[in-house]
Amino acid sequence: MARTITFKEAIHEALDQEMARDETVIMMGEDIVGGLHADGEDDAWGGVLGITKGLYAKYGDRLLDTPISESAFIGAAVGAATCGLRPVAELMFIDFMGVCFDQIFNQAAKFRYMFGGKAETPVVIRTMVGAGFRAAAQHSQGLYPVFTHIPGLKVVLPSTPYDAKGLLIQSIRDNDPVIFCEHKLLYSIEGDVPEESYAIPFGEANFVREGDDVTVVALGGMVHVAGEAAEKLAGDGIQCEIIDPRTTSPLDEDSIIESVEKTGRLVVVDESSPRCGMAADIASLVATQAFDSLKGPIQNVTPPHTPVPFCDELEDLYIPDAAQVETAVRRVAAGG
Amino acid sequence: MDDERLIPVTMPKWGFAMTEGCIGNWLITEGGTVEAGGEVLDVETDKIAGAVEVTSSGTLRRAVAQPGETLPVGALLGVIAPADIPDSVIDEFVCQFQKDFVPEEAVAEDRGPQPESVTAGDVRVNFLRLGSGKKTAVLLHGFGGDLNNFLFNHSVLAEQHTVYAVDLPGHGSSSKTVGDGSIASMAATIQQLLLELGIARADLVAHSMGGAIALQLTKTEPGLVNSLVLIASAGLGPEINAGYLRGFTESRSRRELKPHVQQLFHDPSLVTRQVIEDLLKYKRLDGVQQALQTILDSFIEGETQAAAVSRQALEPGGVPSLVIWGADDRIIPADHARGLPETVEARVLEKCGHMVHMEGAAAVNRLILDFWSG
Repeated sequence: MARTITFKEAIHEALDQEMARDETVIMMGEDIVGGLHADGEDDAWGGVLGITKGLYAKYGDRLLDTPISESAFIGAAVGAATCGLRPVAELMFIDFMGVCFDQIFNQAAKFRYMFGGKAETPVVIRTMVGAGFRAAAQHSQGLYPVFTHIPGLKVVLPSTPYDAKGLLIQSIRDNDPVIFCEHKLLYSIEGDVPEESYAIPFGEANFVREGDDVTVVALGGMVHVAGEAAEKLAGDGIQCEIIDPRTTSPLDEDSIIESVEKTGRLVVVDESSPRCGMAADIASLVATQAFDSLKGPIQNVTPPHTPVPFCDELEDLYIPDAAQVETAVRRVAAGG
Repeated sequence: MDDERLIPVTMPKWGFAMTEGCIGNWLITEGGTVEAGGEVLDVETDKIAGAVEVTSSGTLRRAVAQPGETLPVGALLGVIAPADIPDSVIDEFVCQFQKDFVPEEAVAEDRGPQPESVTAGDVRVNFLRLGSGKKTAVLLHGFGGDLNNFLFNHSVLAEQHTVYAVDLPGHGSSSKTVGDGSIASMAATIQQLLLELGIARADLVAHSMGGAIALQLTKTEPGLVNSLVLIASAGLGPEINAGYLRGFTESRSRRELKPHVQQLFHDPSLVTRQVIEDLLKYKRLDGVQQALQTILDSFIEGETQAAAVSRQALEPGGVPSLVIWGADDRIIPADHARGLPETVEARVLEKCGHMVHMEGAAAVNRLILDFWSG
């Protein structure tokens, strides 16, 4: 039976159910236990935003509090994965991945390939992404395109509680390294989520909304911004088809192309930086694979190519909003 | 407004989650006449598209709802009345209805009936009970379905009867453990369920694979079955679209699943994004893939039904039976409705596919209610 829970609860539930199902699932991260190793409610933090709160009381030493050394514990998680465990490492903010690029890019991502398919690295790195948290330039980036660029990594970006649970379960069961990106502003949103366990396959886009006029591909938090714009546009008779790819690697190219072949128009809405970002990538996909279907130019809605500003007003301006999406959709709808 | 000749047509409630519907096209124009049970306009919800039927014959005097409008459950859609009632009376009726109308959400104290579950043998069986009255009926869905397959039938049948819609083992919100997955074991679970619910004799309404289960239960426990309504039923002949069953079971994505599910309907446009998404949400649950595969392996042998259960239950002297089929059924051929004993009432509905109880809901509901009252 489905019931309504938050995005944050959905992630907690996925971790809980997989730890109960499979004893090789372990967790590592900063403050995921809380340092005190006390019982019950006293097990403190459960991570910086309390996602893992309560799990230490249930699973004990299968949760490891680590020093503030990402390079060390991500390396340890990758190594444990090659030795038969299924570690879920929590690397607080994606902005901090820089200190462990070798462990991720050159080790975890390459083992299967370099050892002729004989090595598996079933590690999940959970991490927060996105702006809007008033956390400034070093804690607000949407760096998932950086990881999407690396063959051998799988990159997940859920936008709803239902997707968060099913995609995290799939991430844990998957035999390849997965970067699981949680948008900070989504933790409190609510949605229907089944109590039972379920896995959503990677590379399967979600059709959030059906429409014949304009295809809108939106990712992560931007799915909701696109939805807000689509609602308004529908009032004026413009029907958007919103596609949420859910995973950027693998990317469900077929669903995007299928939709553009129907609508002939494309708007991509993404919160990552515009240069070499997901919007550029998806626009390129459609321009090269479905150019003949296009009735007019593609529009990308992204932030400007700057660091995320600290000033509240500037940060709000930086993040794409529904009005920008609406303008872009009206522009492409008017063409052709 | 006590003039009983004025009949409001209101937004129906299809399934307990429905709160509003979007108006499609009127199927008759203002001033046109309609028979009781006739369909008057199309309505679409986020789950499904269907047609609104009327309970009394008359003239459509007012088409209140406009195409494209979204209205809550219970809202006034139109007025059916004899042609000789003055326009002013109709206008006053509409005016009064709108003034008195309170949408269900605004009432808020009652979320309506909720599904329940009981343990039958080693299976937790989920069911939804609606109504109370003369008959005690149990609705059994087909392979890969759930109790919502009866959303156009359940509340109509429950107006004067006690009607349980059941999620079969491995389906809906019931346990995903199915044992050997055989028709016999599912029939045993239903038998156990009737016992748990204190139902001494049930009127069964069963679709597709559910029909084979109902026939099996009738064969082994004839005393439990008061009557049988078999809709596009398995168990009446060897032919079945095994390719559909395998395709449905093996499909993991929207793109794979959609063409298979479209085969269930005469009108493939009824298979909306939401229908496919709901099926995928079910299929992704832990244990479902294995449950469906186990049932399938027991249910078909090569390209045919493994055991044509037998028509024995339908022979004269057996339980009263009604057989309904869609003429355009691409899963189990409508031919299986032919050559049945003369005592069995058999009806084949045009322009309907395997999901005849959804596509031809108004006609199917009327056939069942007439059969029960006859």
